[in-house]
Amino acid sequence: MKTRLSLGQKSALLSLALFGVILLVWQLATLPAAPTVAAGVDPEYAALMGGGTSNAASSFPTPAAMAQTVWEKLSDPFYDNGPNDKGIGIQLAYSMARVLAGFFMAAAVAIPLGFAIGNSRMVYQAIDPYVQVLKPISPLAWMPLALYTIKDASASSIFVIFICSLWPMLINTAHGVANVRKDWLDVSRTLEVNPLRLAFRVILPAAAPTILTGMRISMGIAWLVIVAAEMLVGGTGIGYFVWNEWNNLSLTNVLFAILMIGVVGMALDSIFGVLGKRVAYQE
Amino acid sequence: MTNSTIHPFLQVEHLARAYPSPTGGDAVTVFDHVNFRIHKGEFVCVTGHSGCGKSTILNILAGLDTASAGNVFMDGREVAGPSLDRGVIFQSHALMPWLSVLENVAFAVKSRWPSWNKHKVHDHAMRYIELVGLKGAEHKKPSQLSGGMKQRVGIARAFSIEPKMLLMDEPFGALDALTRGVIQEELLKICAETQQTVFMITHDVDEAILLSDKIMLMSNGPHARIAEIVNNTLPRPRERSAIHREPHYYPIRNHLVDFLVSRSKQFGALRDAPDAPSSPTVFDPADLVEPAASAEPETLHTPPVGKPHIHLVNA
Ligand SMILES: Nc1ncnc2c1ncn2[C@@H]1O[C@H](COP(=O)(O)OP(=O)(O)OP(=O)(O)O)[C@@H](O)[C@H]1O
Ligand SMILES: [Mg+2]
Repeated sequence: MKTRLSLGQKSALLSLALFGVILLVWQLATLPAAPTVAAGVDPEYAALMGGGTSNAASSFPTPAAMAQTVWEKLSDPFYDNGPNDKGIGIQLAYSMARVLAGFFMAAAVAIPLGFAIGNSRMVYQAIDPYVQVLKPISPLAWMPLALYTIKDASASSIFVIFICSLWPMLINTAHGVANVRKDWLDVSRTLEVNPLRLAFRVILPAAAPTILTGMRISMGIAWLVIVAAEMLVGGTGIGYFVWNEWNNLSLTNVLFAILMIGVVGMALDSIFGVLGKRVAYQE
Repeated sequence: MTNSTIHPFLQVEHLARAYPSPTGGDAVTVFDHVNFRIHKGEFVCVTGHSGCGKSTILNILAGLDTASAGNVFMDGREVAGPSLDRGVIFQSHALMPWLSVLENVAFAVKSRWPSWNKHKVHDHAMRYIELVGLKGAEHKKPSQLSGGMKQRVGIARAFSIEPKMLLMDEPFGALDALTRGVIQEELLKICAETQQTVFMITHDVDEAILLSDKIMLMSNGPHARIAEIVNNTLPRPRERSAIHREPHYYPIRNHLVDFLVSRSKQFGALRDAPDAPSSPTVFDPADLVEPAASAEPETLHTPPVGKPHIHLVNA
């Protein structure tokens, strides 16, 4: 019986088992500290009964409480009851909009610039020092400067996303363009292909897998950075939501937000995974 | 033939190429004083030891590389850069892996005739794909093809732009003997049909004998030269299975092998007098077997003294 399971089935089973183990450990860790307290008792009451020592353990939600929160939040994701009480869908949409705006602006700059850098040794050497200095700067370090110059919190977080998405796309595009196989360029030269056609029909498809890898890395970083940026500037977005719920001491909501950040990040990454497969070619 | 002797289609004069020395000393001259002519419709093979500069010469003819000295004229005009007039078949086939067979050929056709509509480009490309026997595989990607099929696509692509001249750098070097034979016969057929002028590099003596009208032999570098020119007098049409029965086959073959094995090294003497003019000796098997018959116009140079005996003995 066991031997007939496919690899996929086996890993699915293992995944499920792991999930069970996590739930079990979670359940055990959040058990009320005082054994006299009956299960299913109100968590706040349990915290009171446990006293100061077991406070942390008991205010942490149990898996069941967590599941209930997830269910409630996801069944009404788009409600809006003023600035401090919006549905998770709205908060995620704000973050996503900022990430996409910053990301696509960065792509619009990085890909043409990367083409120029990759095509010319001279341009490469001229721009390289700037890239080397700017790349290691934490994107959040730009925030005060952005707030001072742009004077708008939301636009500033978009700017921060722009900055952090720029470098991987720029470097990968330049690398992809510079490493297009000489054979393909030679063929194009003997066919007297004009520069525009060469760029779009030869260099772009040849470098597309590398460029897409850069975009995927950029998107991953942008999604990491947006949470921090929104915590910093506040107002709306998933990052602000996390910080707000922490101030409310609602660990359940914080945990829920963390879960959502992970799920959306995974979805974004897999979109680029699919796109990457579309432009991949086998030599 | 006599007319084209006066106005050769391709003329190469005192071509030389030097590379900066890796150790920082004087530049290394790979070859110099390379002179030859190719007539319209002629199939010329070049052979010589690895590193003597064959690919470099081909790239200069293609316009992909520049010479340190000397000139190349095609059709009366100097070659200065790549052109659709010269199709190139690369050893590594150089197909674009993200395009299908049809798209690869159509890309070349569209480059040659930008004003053509999709339909016309498609039909023209398909004609050449059929010519190399790849009908039915036109929607496959290069990665789904065998080495021989890929090379055929390269041939279809080069022929499809109907260039005035075809340049091939060891096009079949990476193929197994059986596939190579089949493609050689196809190439022979296509060239006969299209009257194509061809310059081809090969390491395969039998391939050179099967395909060429003239075989140029290069001495070893540095300061490599075109040391000898062999007129391939085997009658056409040729067949791979039958050419070894031709009386001129073994004299030519032995001459080529002899050159590669021993004589190519002796030309190293040229290195001591790098500016000495070079005029390749011409070997014509017709001079051996029937000395009186058919003196070609090219046979103006004196044939190598003493060599006929060696070859008659070997034959
Ligand atoms: N970029 C370069 N820099 C320095 N030397 C080079 C360069 N390219 C080629 N050479 C030298 O030029 C010589 C001729 O090279 P080429 O590729 O033309 O040889 P080839 O006759 O085609 O050899 P093979 O039969 O192996 O293909 C070689 O000795 C090589 O070392
Ligand atoms: Mg070579």
